[in-house]
Amino acid sequence: MRRIVREIAGELVGMFVADGRLALAILAVIAAAWALVRWSGLDPRIGGAVLLAGSLGALLGGIRRAARKSP
Amino acid sequence: MILLDWSSAAPAVGAAFAASLVEVVEAFTIVLAVATLRGWRAAAAGTASALAVLAAGVLLLGPLLERVPLDALQLPIGILLLLFGIGWLRKAALRAAGIVPLHDETAIFARESAELAARGGRRRAGLDWAAAITAFQGVLMEGIEVVFIVIAVGAARGLLVPAGLGALAACALVLIVGIAVRRPLSRVPENTLKFAVGVMLSSFGVFWTGEGIGVPWPGQDLSMLGFVLLFLAAGLAGAAAVRHPAAEAAQ
Repeated sequence: MRRIVREIAGELVGMFVADGRLALAILAVIAAAWALVRWSGLDPRIGGAVLLAGSLGALLGGIRRAARKSP
Repeated sequence: MILLDWSSAAPAVGAAFAASLVEVVEAFTIVLAVATLRGWRAAAAGTASALAVLAAGVLLLGPLLERVPLDALQLPIGILLLLFGIGWLRKAALRAAGIVPLHDETAIFARESAELAARGGRRRAGLDWAAAITAFQGVLMEGIEVVFIVIAVGAARGLLVPAGLGALAACALVLIVGIAVRRPLSRVPENTLKFAVGVMLSSFGVFWTGEGIGVPWPGQDLSMLGFVLLFLAAGLAGAAAVRHPAAEAAQ
């Protein structure tokens, strides 16, 4: 029973953090966009652009990093 | 009768349907392996128990979510969608590039069957617990992803019921086809579906996260279309840039 619960918990975490660096990059992008919108005094749409461009960049970085690691 | 605005509901329903189709096909392969090797009784018991646990989770979470204002849901759901969606899109791009092997339901069926066979012969009397637990775990794990996707694409816009119906339609379709063919559904284009769902969920993620932190998206809902095109282009470009020579030769 404990094994099943552990495996299900692992699966749940893995749903969102399959690649730790990718997850960190996404969270960093969100934090940067949030800080820009809240504190910079700039047009909030600039924060939106950072969020979108950063997410696309995190995706491309994640693909390239995984490809480099593969044999 | 509540009239549904299909222009805003269709992306949520479509994403829930496609994502659920992928997950239910994967769960079906495990249940089929259990049923073929150890009998339908154990497979049905495991599947029914998992569905009961999932239903209990939905019944507990649903009323709780209804009490939370939509504005408060957008940011956490957006962040989870971004993490989940970009993770799916990355994996689908790597599969399309030949870096990660494609999901092969026939191979998974063979592996599950071998694992079940290694655990010992079929029990003649009483419930085959080992087999039932295998089915339970398979259905529960894939089902949790379905429930998350339905909640994620539905809750932030009050579209839980249409998204849930999209997921149920996928379950019904897999069940009908699965019962008819009684084989792993290996002809379902899982990676193409995963790619499409990854694009949709990532786009939803950017949209909700942006709204949650106070970004007024130009064109509002229409901006989603632009996000979909950008994530699609990025996924395809990423896959093309790292394409494995073997995958290129196969194409």
